[in-house]
Amino acid sequence: MTVYLVRRLIQALFVVLAMSVIVFVGVFAIGDPVEILISPDADQLERERAVAALGLDLPLWHQYLVFLGNALQGDLGRSFVFNEPALKLILQRMPATLELAFGAMFISILVGLPLGLYAGLRPNSPASKTIMAGSILGFSLPTFWVGLMLIMVFAVQLGWLPSTGRGETCSVLGFLGVQPCGAGLQWSFLTVDGLAHMAMPALNLALFKISLVIRLTRAGVRETMLMDYVKFARAKGLSPARVTFVHVFKNILIPVVTVVGLELGSTIAFSVVTESVFAWPGMGKLIIDSINVLDRPVIVAYLMIIVLMFITINLIVDLTYSMLDPRVRLETKGA
Amino acid sequence: MRAGRDAAGFPEFLPVTNAPTLEVRNLRTHFFTRAGVVKAVDDVSFSVERGKVLGLVGESGSGKTVTGFSILGLVDPPGRVTGGQILFQGRDLAKISEEEMRDLRGNRIAMIFQDPMMTLNPVLRIDTQMIETVLAHKKVSREEARQRARDTLGMVGIPSPDERLKSYPHQFSGGMRQRVAIAIALLHEPELIVADEPTTALDVTIQGQILAEVQKLAQTTGTSLIWITHDLSVVAGLADDVAVMYAGRIVEKGAVSDVLDHPLHPYTAGLIGSVPSRNKRGEPLRQIPGMTPSLLNLPPGCAFRSRCPRAAEACMAEPEIREILPGREARCFLPLTAAAEQAA
Repeated sequence: MTVYLVRRLIQALFVVLAMSVIVFVGVFAIGDPVEILISPDADQLERERAVAALGLDLPLWHQYLVFLGNALQGDLGRSFVFNEPALKLILQRMPATLELAFGAMFISILVGLPLGLYAGLRPNSPASKTIMAGSILGFSLPTFWVGLMLIMVFAVQLGWLPSTGRGETCSVLGFLGVQPCGAGLQWSFLTVDGLAHMAMPALNLALFKISLVIRLTRAGVRETMLMDYVKFARAKGLSPARVTFVHVFKNILIPVVTVVGLELGSTIAFSVVTESVFAWPGMGKLIIDSINVLDRPVIVAYLMIIVLMFITINLIVDLTYSMLDPRVRLETKGA
Repeated sequence: MRAGRDAAGFPEFLPVTNAPTLEVRNLRTHFFTRAGVVKAVDDVSFSVERGKVLGLVGESGSGKTVTGFSILGLVDPPGRVTGGQILFQGRDLAKISEEEMRDLRGNRIAMIFQDPMMTLNPVLRIDTQMIETVLAHKKVSREEARQRARDTLGMVGIPSPDERLKSYPHQFSGGMRQRVAIAIALLHEPELIVADEPTTALDVTIQGQILAEVQKLAQTTGTSLIWITHDLSVVAGLADDVAVMYAGRIVEKGAVSDVLDHPLHPYTAGLIGSVPSRNKRGEPLRQIPGMTPSLLNLPPGCAFRSRCPRAAEACMAEPEIREILPGREARCFLPLTAAAEQAA
């Protein structure tokens, strides 16, 4: 197990290194921030001074080495725009995105698994056909449109839910009464008002994933139901509930966990549209703004964090896998 | 049906010697597909006595497995049992509710499947899969259930059953997995076990071991066995009686020695002739020409007609199964009686 983990971590290190090169070169290629950052009235001298201050006069490889050296000390550069450490900017907005992504994931599993299970067990019932038709809608309706419709109906027409922002936030320790609410990382899901603000964006983000989980679960159930071991379980005289929730369910969890895990990563990284529609102050908005002004350090830092996050999630998925599927466990013993 | 309607006149659940453990009468299991009705099992009758082994023989698609599933009430839609009686200890399984059936399944009637690599759930430990079977039918503690599981594993020849209980199916070989499946079938000492080609997927040596093991168990516990197979050599060594199926029907049945030595039905004769060891070295292997007909649109008359060397005008009509010699039934107008009569 330890050997396996160490091997995975070394692999991860190489992936991060390779990604940093790609990201750095890629961001360098999309344009010169100097044109945007420095006012057109500035004279040549001022201009050169600014370029030197930002370190943009060095050749690319040199810039990269400087970046790498700093990165190893936990410094991913300073934002050109905010003149603050890029990492700090991103981490400030991370809780907003994280809670939105996890909220969406939670909804998609809570809704998707039971619906998919039902559709898989009774594939020919009218209810199942409705569920499947609904899942096609969930797949194909564009997120921004659904978001606007949600706002139209629930915020404008019915006035049940607020349409923008995070609402009242609180820190975990504040919630537990250890310190005042306003200190530390701020979370919306700890307050009623925050939850109300979160409901619509989370649902909007979850819609696609609900459909995905429904379809995966249904396909898994239908495939597993045909397996000999399910028939054998019935031949043993087990109750239908036990056959479904132990014999079938444990087998379909494997693909569901994989896809949900990967989806979680991409939700955190690319929930830009939903964050924009609901003016949710998360990382997605930050990265779009940074790209618009070519704020290189923030873009690079953001992408590096996303890479790290994907690696971590993949590792967790693999570990969960080995818990769910005993056949995977042998591999870890091999070394 | 309840007590009284039993043809033999025995009240139900009373173990009576010589009464068959299972008597199947005119069983029909049909599949209602879009393309039409598939008569997978059509008018099948046979019986198995206590402690006896019935070999159910036939080619793939002849309806052997569906017959087995019908007995356990495990026929899935679009198929269902459309007629006939399945009298288990005098009780008609075709008429009881799903709950009553579930009470019997794995308890009084057990089944062993063909492919041991597929019958055990890959993500559950052996102990989980065995204990749940015990607990499904007996109100005992988990510890007692585990002990029962361990004892049964030992009985089917699995070394160090205590450790093996904690293993997953993939840690077992095919032969060992089939032993586990057999152990699961034996957990409640059933009156009847339906074994669906349980040794087909195994090595010949393992096959021999398992056959010997099962034979011993059937004799000591008085369990009746229906052994579904296409392998006549297995039937020869194991079964007391044999029923040969073709295109959803039984074409011949009788005591195993009679049928194998002097078959009455040309199909049975063809099956026996196809066993490679019976062929002479240097000659091309003998075979039955043609394929099993599609059950979807069976032509009228004898289903074997098109492949039968003895087919004649009479075979355009549908033959009924009839007693041709004492204790020997066949579904044929032109049975191979000469040799059989001589022997008798």
